[in-house]
Amino acid sequence: MDETTRPGWGLRIWAVLVAVLLVAPLLIVVPISFAEKRSFKFPPDGLSVDWYVNLFTDQRWTSAIGTSILVGVLVTLICTVLGTAAALGIHRLGGRVAALATGVLVAPMIVPGIVSAVAIYSVYLRWQLTGNLLGFLLAHTVLAIPFVIVTVTSSLSTTDPMLERAAASLGAGPWRTFVRVTLPAIAPGVGAGALFAFVTSFDEVVAASFLQSPAIRTLPIEMFVSVTNEVDPTIAAVSTVILALTTAIVLLPAFTRRRSSQKASSS
Amino acid sequence: MNSARSRGWAVLLLLPALVVVLVFFVYPVFALSARSFLEPTPGFGQYVDLVTNETTVTILVRTLVVALLVTVVTLALAYPYAYLMSLCGPGMRTFLLFLVLLPFWSSLMARTFAWIVLLQPSGPVAGFLGLLGLDGVKLLGSQLGVTIAMTQVLLPFMVLPLFNTMSGIDRRLLSAAHSMGASRFRAFRTVYLPLSVPGVAAGSVLVFILSLGFWVTPRLIGSPQQSLVGQLIETKVGKLLDFPGAGAISVVLLVITVVLLLAVGGGVRALVPGAKTDGGRDDG
Repeated sequence: MDETTRPGWGLRIWAVLVAVLLVAPLLIVVPISFAEKRSFKFPPDGLSVDWYVNLFTDQRWTSAIGTSILVGVLVTLICTVLGTAAALGIHRLGGRVAALATGVLVAPMIVPGIVSAVAIYSVYLRWQLTGNLLGFLLAHTVLAIPFVIVTVTSSLSTTDPMLERAAASLGAGPWRTFVRVTLPAIAPGVGAGALFAFVTSFDEVVAASFLQSPAIRTLPIEMFVSVTNEVDPTIAAVSTVILALTTAIVLLPAFTRRRSSQKASSS
Repeated sequence: MNSARSRGWAVLLLLPALVVVLVFFVYPVFALSARSFLEPTPGFGQYVDLVTNETTVTILVRTLVVALLVTVVTLALAYPYAYLMSLCGPGMRTFLLFLVLLPFWSSLMARTFAWIVLLQPSGPVAGFLGLLGLDGVKLLGSQLGVTIAMTQVLLPFMVLPLFNTMSGIDRRLLSAAHSMGASRFRAFRTVYLPLSVPGVAAGSVLVFILSLGFWVTPRLIGSPQQSLVGQLIETKVGKLLDFPGAGAISVVLLVITVVLLLAVGGGVRALVPGAKTDGGRDDG
């Protein structure tokens, strides 16, 4: 490395400060979750696992977790199937029609969050889609589908079209070509899209806060209600669990890649 | 397979997603916008109310100021960080990217809750400010607290587009400028900085737009007396059932968003998801 590319000390110190700012605020939920008393005091006075016990036994929290997982999984399935199909359609069509369709399909990603939420609420209210599962499913589907469209489209754009033609010329039908050639090629994009869809639904607060009723609440809504109305460290326990899962998700690709590259180098 | 039949298939694949998004998203946004022009009487009455109501104007201006502040601060924090990411070796880069992706993928509610704890009276931030001799600064329930929390929450959205652009810049250009006698600073300013502008523009527009429509963090950390536009829309709908009024403000936000996106150019795909997906994949 020559003189022009070696980072100076000022740059390094700045980066360390930014790194701390990125991660440290997240970690504060961990000690609070083990607090002994019903308080958000930092550092906590005594330690206990009461709030974790509460999280997995209090019906309010368990049903919110159940609702969030149910909505998240269904939304992921719907978005992955519809989104992948649409991305394939867009890829085949090309031209202006495809550009217009893409614009419509990614619109939910561009419209400011609060505007989407209020618009959805105003119409779903008339269609009796508030306070029920179907409303959550539809709202989260439209909000999450852009991520599948975009990840699959970008996968398709880097796939060699000659592969499909080669398969067809060797006698494979369209379905067989899709399952054996196209799908494996775009699988990483579909997987990334599915993950985005799940996280988008699981994390969504704004639309859900309008569509919720006391009878049906997702986990972020239960957290929102809890933090607005009471001092209950259970929310810190939820946050810690989510943080641990998130860490696993973010680390996963690094580990699988390392293993596969080890395999590749050893063979 | 002839081409017409193939096109037919393509349309058929596209249709289900398109219908769902049109009916359950595009129509609602359109209907809400339309109500602002139609109710209670057709015309621009809602917009006249909007610009003549002092509270509404104050809130809109306040939101723009906070959004601008958050954008500038995240840019100042993120640019050197992304620059260092593009400089260092693959192992370090993976680690630095992990530190960005962790908050990026973390739950917004968890992160906002963390800030409630951090900013509470006699909390860690207040304690830190106390060490600096700044006692009694109001953080929770103040615009300062909202700005601090929003800056941290939106920081990953600035780092990722910046890093995307910077990792595509050929560093040999810098060495070339240097070898021809330019100082390090001059080489950076005249060669590197202009090449990184697309990333700066993408990150800034993304963070600005997200700030404008932010609701959760201002709602939980801010106060009703100093609310941002998201809270105003919520109050209009939730408490007053004033959908036409909320629609008018929504149209204003939509127009600002579209204008900014057109100004950056390159379309939306270059902005949001590009940052997200490439950020997740380019760490090898």
